[in-house]
Order: sequence, then structure tokens, then C-alpha cells
Amino acid sequence: MTITELKPRSNNAWIGKLPVVSHLKISSGLQRGMLIAGLILAGLFVLVALFAPVIAPFDFAQSADDSGDFPRQAAPDGKFIWGTTVSGFDVFSRTIFGARTAILVIIAAVMMSLFLGVFLGLISGYLGGWFDRIAVVLADAIYAFPSLLLAIVMSIVISQGQSGMLGGIMAAAVSITVVFVPQYFRVIRAEVMRLKAEPFVESAQVIGASPWRIMGVHLFRNATRTLPLIFTLNATEALLTLAGLGFLGFGIEPTSASEWGFDLNRAMADATSGIWWTGLFPGLGIVLTVLGLTLVGESMNDLNDPRLRRFSRRRAKRISQAGASK
Amino acid sequence: MSTPTEIGGVPAPSTAAKPAKTKGGGFSRYLITRFLLIFPTVFILITVVFFLMRITGDPITAALGGRLTPDQLAERIHAAGYDRPILIQYFEYLGQVVRGDLGRTMTDNLAVTEVLTTYGAATLELAINSVFVALLIGIPLGLVAAKFRDRYPDAVLRVFAILAYATPVFFAGLLLKLIFGVWLGWFPISGRADWQTELALTGLQNPSGIYWLDALRSGNMSALSDVLRHAALPAIALGLLTGGVFLRLVRTNAIGTLGREYVQAGRSRGVSEFRLVTKHAYRPALIPIITVMGMQIAMLLGGAVLTETTFEWKGLGFKLAEYLTARDFVAVQGIVVLLAIIVAFTNFIVDILAALIDPRIRY
Repeated sequence: MTITELKPRSNNAWIGKLPVVSHLKISSGLQRGMLIAGLILAGLFVLVALFAPVIAPFDFAQSADDSGDFPRQAAPDGKFIWGTTVSGFDVFSRTIFGARTAILVIIAAVMMSLFLGVFLGLISGYLGGWFDRIAVVLADAIYAFPSLLLAIVMSIVISQGQSGMLGGIMAAAVSITVVFVPQYFRVIRAEVMRLKAEPFVESAQVIGASPWRIMGVHLFRNATRTLPLIFTLNATEALLTLAGLGFLGFGIEPTSASEWGFDLNRAMADATSGIWWTGLFPGLGIVLTVLGLTLVGESMNDLNDPRLRRFSRRRAKRISQAGASK
Repeated sequence: MSTPTEIGGVPAPSTAAKPAKTKGGGFSRYLITRFLLIFPTVFILITVVFFLMRITGDPITAALGGRLTPDQLAERIHAAGYDRPILIQYFEYLGQVVRGDLGRTMTDNLAVTEVLTTYGAATLELAINSVFVALLIGIPLGLVAAKFRDRYPDAVLRVFAILAYATPVFFAGLLLKLIFGVWLGWFPISGRADWQTELALTGLQNPSGIYWLDALRSGNMSALSDVLRHAALPAIALGLLTGGVFLRLVRTNAIGTLGREYVQAGRSRGVSEFRLVTKHAYRPALIPIITVMGMQIAMLLGGAVLTETTFEWKGLGFKLAEYLTARDFVAVQGIVVLLAIIVAFTNFIVDILAALIDPRIRY
């Protein structure tokens, strides 16, 4: 039984194997269902992103083949199973390739914000002083600001609003990073402030460990325990911010990469004339991906919190018996 | 949202030093500290935005780069003063902001503050409408979810809440437009009102700019129904997003309050389950909504930008997107700073409200 349930994990190596597995083990009933559903969706997303060129029948910016130009705004049929866009691109191929763009941006954005946020949070929380004060005020100011607006400003700064594949992905990722650093910073800082008073830090100080060693070894390992959770939640926000930027026309050029938000922007005009296929599929791409990641994150959150954790009846009985026999 | 810095700094006996009205002294003190906190926040954001926007170049090159010869370009840059040292420009800009001047847009030569007065009301209207929808969705459904915790209504509602979060407003908007606008034809798919209504409403004496309010005040019922029909889809699209957050919040808090002893006590006195949920558990579960509202305002404004673009709702967000496409970065910077100020002030108001309701927050 356990073997079949562990299967989705292998698709999600990037989430971090251990946390997810342990969560699967302690989950039950509805919670387990939500977690597994989330893992399947997230796994599907990763698979599609990895094998996009194999799955998609056409390239994302291909509007003609040997038999001539593709029809424009054609309804779904045998050749174009999800129809074509106003520029004659195949909606199915673009949606598939969109997963690839999304995952690249998510990975880049979350990695950068993790690195910066954790680094700053450790320093700020452990060393304190003026650096801490400035960092806190700065983080608070940025945190309270509409993240999309900040991302817009950043994307203007980085790419003047238009760019190719790699440039566009990096621009989107950096824009999103700026938004998320304060969040990671806050969490890590709070955690470090709490841990600072723990005996193991004091003992390290007594042995004469340098502040950098304490931060890098002792505090880092302990303060980053909640990160897998924030990771999944921020991955969704990164995706939504990317889509928002793309929707406003601020992202990646349609010919250099496929991006769901941008396709939705184009689909807006189609919708008024009743053309549904250009918007529906990229939109579903966003929704299902965010849904999957959120389900994973939510379930992990609930399972981390004993008050929200639900056991199966059998296990609850076992626990209560164990408690009684003590 | 009070910053951790002020928590440590308040000495406990200071309230005792004031002889009269010890309670009021605490509150007014909090009010003043919290008010003063607005300034560094706004100042930091203005500074960050200013320097970010200038790292890559001046707004004139960005807007007209390809269209003018280098000589003409340099002349324009010089005329606007963008070739001076950046620090001088910065202090000049700060001075302008203090005087309430956020610059002029390059594309249509409007003062940014004028953009606010012209288009701000539309955004405010959208925000009010969508918060109304969000509360209408979030509170009852959250209570239902809490009441049926871990049974199927709860499961359905939780997935609904996650879906509401997972759906970008523009995709929700697209679907709503398609289904209710194009296929069913129940609602108009763009704009704030028909042009006749718009004409009638803007012709009023000192209009508030919030169309349904103006229609109500002038007693123009056909205008009111037209305005409400236009407002429905955008409000639902944006309200769903916030409503999902409210739903989860009410659920979590109502679960907490439903387990409390006073609810048990009520139950043993024979208070009906319905009343227990809607009265006893409901009130305390509302407080966090007000505190979280502050965070929501930022999200709401971000969502408003996207919603307004989706529905061609001519508010601040719609204009912002227009300026973005036109690469009018002076206007973009102005509007962003403006929104920063609005967010800072609303956060202040929300914090004060929260402190009024829950005295524990003050220190």
C-alpha cells in the first residue's frame, strides 16, 4: 500500500523528498486525498514542462508547416485539437510549452528569493543592530506594497518591458524575487530570533564558534525547516505574478517563449466574439498548476500543525491508547 | 501591522504616569506612533521606486527612443532635466512629492494627481463592490465550512476557496465574460455604464464618481440598474479572489471559537445550533478579517489593475496598464507612488480599526 502512495513523489524531487514523504505518511482520509491530488497535478505539471517538445505537435511560435499557413482562430479540430490563435499558433502546443516557461521562472525566482531571503534573515536575526532595523523597515515597506506593482517596476528596470526567452525569464524571475525576499526574510528572521536563545546556540558560542559558523551551521539547519511549505506557496504566487505581468503585456515576447498570461491577454479580444479556446486552455494551465501546488502546500501546512491534523480512526485509537498506557 | 521595533520600546509604566484617562492615553499614543510610521514607509517606497526607475535610463529615451534622432533626444532630456546628477534629481523629486506634485504624464500631459481625481473613484467603486461580494461569499460559506468541519461540505468549500485563489482574476474575468456576457447575454462585458447613463451621471452636481452612489442620490433608477449590471462581472471576478481568502479565515477562526467553552455553555443552555454559529462563533471570528483586510488592500489594488484591464473599467489600474503599454514611465512612477501612499494610509486606518476593536493589539 505504501509503495503505491509513494509513487507521485518521484515526480516531485524538486519539492524536497523527505518533507513530502513524511507528510504522506501521517496524513489520512480527506487530507491524504488532497495531498495526493496536489502531488498528481504538480507532477503532471513537471512532466509536461520536461517533455514539452515531445508532447507538443508544433513549436510554440510555429504558424505554418509543409501544407501551408495554419488557419487563424480556427476552432478545435483533428489537427489543432485546441484550436489556433489569432496569429495562427497552435493553442495546444503553446499551452504545453507554457508549462516550461512557468517552471523555469518559478525555479529561478524561488531559488533567488530563498538564497537572498535566508541569507539576509540569518544575518539580520542573529547579528541584529542597525542592519536589522533598516532591513526590517525596508522589508515591511515592500511587503505592504502591491506585489504586482513592484514586479511591474522591476520588469521595467530589467528589460524595459520586452525581451527574449532567457532575458524575459530572468526579468520575470528577478521581479518576482524582489517581491518574495521580504517574506522569506521575515520568516527566517523570526525563527532565528527564537532560536538565538536556545541552549545549543549558546553552547556553540561558548566553544568559540564564529558567528558565521553559528549562522551557517547551527541556525541555518534549524531555521529552514518550515521552508518547503513556503516554497510551495510562493511557487504559486510566482506563477500568478508571472501570469499577471504577461497579461499586462510585460513579460516574454510570444515568439521567444510561450507564456500563459500573455496568451490570455491576447485571448481577451477573442472572448468578445465568443472564441473560447484561445483563453480557456492557457487559463486552465495556470489554475491547475496553482491548484496542485497549493494543495500540496496546504496539506503540508495542516499536517505540520497538530491542531489541524486529522488521523484515521484506527491511528487515533492507537495514539490515545499509547497515551493512556504511559 | 505593527513592526517589531515598537513592541520592545514601550516601557510599561508610562501609562501610569498620565493621571487621567490611562486607557485613552494608550490609544492616542498608539494612534500617533502608528501615524508617524506612515512616513518612513512611504519615503522608502518612493526612494526605492525612484532609483529603480532611473537605474536603466531616463523616461524620455524609454518613451521616444526609436522615434527621435539622438540630438533631439538629448535636447528633450536636457529640457526635462534628466541629464543632471541623480541625487539632485532625487531631492527635487522628493520636494515635488511633498508639495503634492507627482509629475506630469508624457503621453497625455496630465498631472498624475489629476489622473487620481479623474480615475480614482472608479477604482474605489470596484474595490467597494468586490469587498462586498467577498464578504457575501466569505462569511456565510466560512461558517458553513467550520460547522461541517472535515465533512463533505467543508471539503467542497475548501477546494472552492483554493480554486478562488488559484484562478487569476483575468482568467475568472474571461470565463465570466464568455458565459454571462457573450453566451447568455445577461451582463455587459466591458465598461462601467452605457454612454447615456455615463452622461447623465457625470452631469450631476458634484458627482462622487462612484456611479451607483450617484445614481442612488439622483434617484435615477434606470441608471442604477445599468450601473449595477455593468458592475456585476468585475465585482464577482475580483470578489471571488478575496472571498476565498475570507472564507478560509472565517473557517479557521470559527473552528477555534466553536470549540470554546462559552459555545459549549450556550449549547447546554439550549441555544440552537444555528444561533450558536451565526451569533456566538461568528463575532469573534470577524476580528481577524479586519486585521487581514490591511493585507488584502494591497492584494485588492494589484487585482484591480488586472480586473480593470480585463473589463475595460476605466480606473487607475486601467490607466496604469495604458501608460505601461505606451512606455510612459513618468506616469507609471507617479501612479505607483500614489498607490503606495494610498496603501500606507489604508493600512493605517485598518490598524487603528483593529486596535479599537481588539485592545490587545495596541502594544
